[in-house]
Amino acid sequence: MSAIWNFLCQPDVLAVERLLAFLVGIAAFVGVNAAYLVWVERKTAAYVQRRPGPMEVGPQGLLQPIADAVKLMSKQVLVPPGTDALLFRIAPVLIMTPAIMCFTALPYAPGIVPANINVGLLTFFAFGSINVMALMLGGWASRNKYAVISSARVVSQNVAYEIPMLLTIVTVIMMTGTMNLSEIVGQQAGAIWHWNIFQLHRNLLMPVTFLIFYICMLAETNRAPFDMAEAESELVAGAFTEYAGMGFGVFFMAEYANIVVGCSLATILFLGGWQVPFLAIPASWGPWAGALIGLTAFFAKLYALIFTVIWIRWTFPRTQFYGLLNLSWKILIPVSLLTLLLSSVLIKLPHLF
Amino acid sequence: MKVLSKEEALASPHSTGGPNETFVLNLGPQHPATHGVLRVKLTMDGEFITNAEPVCGYIHRMHEKMGENRTYSQFLPNTSRLDYLSAMQYTHAWVGLVEKACKIEVPQRAEYVRVITSELNRIASHLVGWGAWVMDLGGFTPILYAFDDREKILDLLEHICGARLTFCYYRFGGLVNDVDDVFVQGTKDFIPYMRDRMKTYKKLVTENIILRKRIEGIGPVSQEMCLRYGACGPVLRGSGFKSDVRINEPYSAYKDFDYEIPVYHEGDSMARYLVRMDEIEQSLRIIEQALAKLPEGPFINPKVPRSIKLPAGDYTYATEAARGRFMIRVVSDGKDVPYRVKLRTPCLSNLSLFEEASKGMLLADALAFMGSLDLVIPDIDR
Amino acid sequence: MKNIFRDVFGGAWSLVTGMRITLDQFLKNFRKDRNVPYPHAVLPIPDRYRGHIVFTEDDTGKSLCIACKSCEKACPSECIFVDGEKKEGEKKKSVTQFDLDFTKCSLCGACVEVCPTDALRFSKRYNLASTDKVIYAKMDLIKDLQKRQERNKQ
Repeated sequence: MSAIWNFLCQPDVLAVERLLAFLVGIAAFVGVNAAYLVWVERKTAAYVQRRPGPMEVGPQGLLQPIADAVKLMSKQVLVPPGTDALLFRIAPVLIMTPAIMCFTALPYAPGIVPANINVGLLTFFAFGSINVMALMLGGWASRNKYAVISSARVVSQNVAYEIPMLLTIVTVIMMTGTMNLSEIVGQQAGAIWHWNIFQLHRNLLMPVTFLIFYICMLAETNRAPFDMAEAESELVAGAFTEYAGMGFGVFFMAEYANIVVGCSLATILFLGGWQVPFLAIPASWGPWAGALIGLTAFFAKLYALIFTVIWIRWTFPRTQFYGLLNLSWKILIPVSLLTLLLSSVLIKLPHLF
Repeated sequence: MKVLSKEEALASPHSTGGPNETFVLNLGPQHPATHGVLRVKLTMDGEFITNAEPVCGYIHRMHEKMGENRTYSQFLPNTSRLDYLSAMQYTHAWVGLVEKACKIEVPQRAEYVRVITSELNRIASHLVGWGAWVMDLGGFTPILYAFDDREKILDLLEHICGARLTFCYYRFGGLVNDVDDVFVQGTKDFIPYMRDRMKTYKKLVTENIILRKRIEGIGPVSQEMCLRYGACGPVLRGSGFKSDVRINEPYSAYKDFDYEIPVYHEGDSMARYLVRMDEIEQSLRIIEQALAKLPEGPFINPKVPRSIKLPAGDYTYATEAARGRFMIRVVSDGKDVPYRVKLRTPCLSNLSLFEEASKGMLLADALAFMGSLDLVIPDIDR
Repeated sequence: MKNIFRDVFGGAWSLVTGMRITLDQFLKNFRKDRNVPYPHAVLPIPDRYRGHIVFTEDDTGKSLCIACKSCEKACPSECIFVDGEKKEGEKKKSVTQFDLDFTKCSLCGACVEVCPTDALRFSKRYNLASTDKVIYAKMDLIKDLQKRQERNKQ
């Protein structure tokens, strides 16, 4: 027994165990989130609409996502004839993988970082672009007129909204001087005005930058009011028309995974990540106290932002397609360029005097 | 780089698939929206509509033929089923026609109650039209708020007549049964509640920038075009022409009340939307005045014969339904069954605008336009 | 230029107002009495509710119907079939068969109004579902009256 324990405590084996624990943890986190965010969405939608929501399946409808998952899994996964078989099957995989990969670079708590990548921020945007390609492949491989139209719209929408997003990220990078996410969170320690969103002395329009990032995140994940791709109640279901059963389920899960990734990036960059303001943890509380408290803070902020995403969806109607593009090219890009300029001037100002 | 106008863009060789290459899209009989069974054959050039041909008749139930085989009191349930959202107003036209032809007098109390219930029905119908239209545009919440308010109206009407949608509440010479204090008090409580809700809806929906960008300037319909097609109701009043049966051909007790007819001049979907919202407020005004002045007395004329025979001749009667001018024409040859019943419904005339107005529109805009016409398909097909 | 600013800021403010309204509704929905959880709780049915027609009864428990067929003539959907016979020692006919085809009935109330003896009234039944069409295509009102009387005796 003790020989096995000694083996398991060796440093290289510990590294492998750590890796396995994180893999299982992330897969579980993504799975549970995808399922139970559906529950949160349905309950929030119901409460906004003055009704109770799912109540029958389990207490307060908590087993409803399990019923939905069983239903989706029991359906036949059809591959329509004439489609490009390889692309059709690859598209769901291609959309889910980047979403899961992005979870490895996030700092959840002090010490709980699966992979402390020095260019952590860059990995997010690298993987985010694969997202767009997967949707396009899904639409194209379906060999369906309406799916192609819908995926063309999605591509132009996503490309248009990536630009302001990147400009706001460059603003943040200029302020923090690093792309390492753990360091960015570390810089926001201490008081609540140390959080990046309130750093007005470095960038006067920081809250506006946060708002632009949030709007771009909504557009990138195809959430209302920018959901031309999925809620095409005008014609048919859009890019996912031909997918049935679990193929559709994977797209669905990927959408919620993308929302979680986007919102965690927003909390890390702007709201201080796992930092709790004015809290200094004494060493007598043990090694795990800091991690647990940090984790709680991170999840609290994350779910507040996700609740806002869901809240926005059930309040506003859809924008017109041209209105969507106008918003991005004519309003968001000039404003984000302005904040970038302002930020660079304000950062360099002390050096001139 | 030159900016092309829409016609140049459609004609240029760089448009989708080249000039004259169009495809036919079927906005099939089954809509994801709540209009009913209407089929529209759209010929599209990429995203733009070049031709739209509505094909109706999927819910034709031969009401006019049924009118030739049923006595005058047996036809009453049919009138509720034409435009089921404003059933009281359609029944009002039928009983009004028979009363006018046979010179049956209606007691004052019955007239006032008819006005109150018709206006309540108008509010309920506008709520459904509004909620369903915003749902088409992607906002899924206002329809549930609208149906919640409509529940209150339907509870009131269920209390007096027992039915929630296809009321058969009017009879020749008055009403089926009288209203009681519960109804009067309930309606009096409903009026300030509804005014409060309208303020909320104005802030939530009307002033919302996303909705405004979506419907301002969509589907401009000129006054001349409306008159050419015979459009009526909020569609006509949204194009600047003040026409309402309640002031042009006053019927029932509408002369006794003081109300306005909202008219907007822009002619786009926003104007039609605002006309409907204002009409709800004006209906509340009428109900308030009617409740305050509600006279005592009988609720039905006791001298109405059991079996009604209209003297031979040609009779018409028009009422202002929620969707426009509804007119019935009966040709009678003295028997107890009409010789011919003609129902002139507003939705068919309103739909005929769609073909000309949708040329060159984007598909999403065309659907917003169709929602602003507030169509109920059983009304078109009868 | 001023228009653009007014558009952007006014528009953004309208979005915030909209979100406040929905949040308000969200928080109000946590009350206990927000709605009636049918089928665990049932709403009271108003008095004048129009369910399908049933017989009213006189003091001895018999139906008041005299089989005059006024309701059959008044019905617009031709869904009533009445038959009666004159029993010995009675002045009026009594009903022997009263079939209602509820699949055609439009609940207009003509039969209830026209009946000279007030023998028909609306019931309050709305929970009408079955896997057998015959139950509603040929509703026997006499049997229904007998069943109600047996239940009342118990």
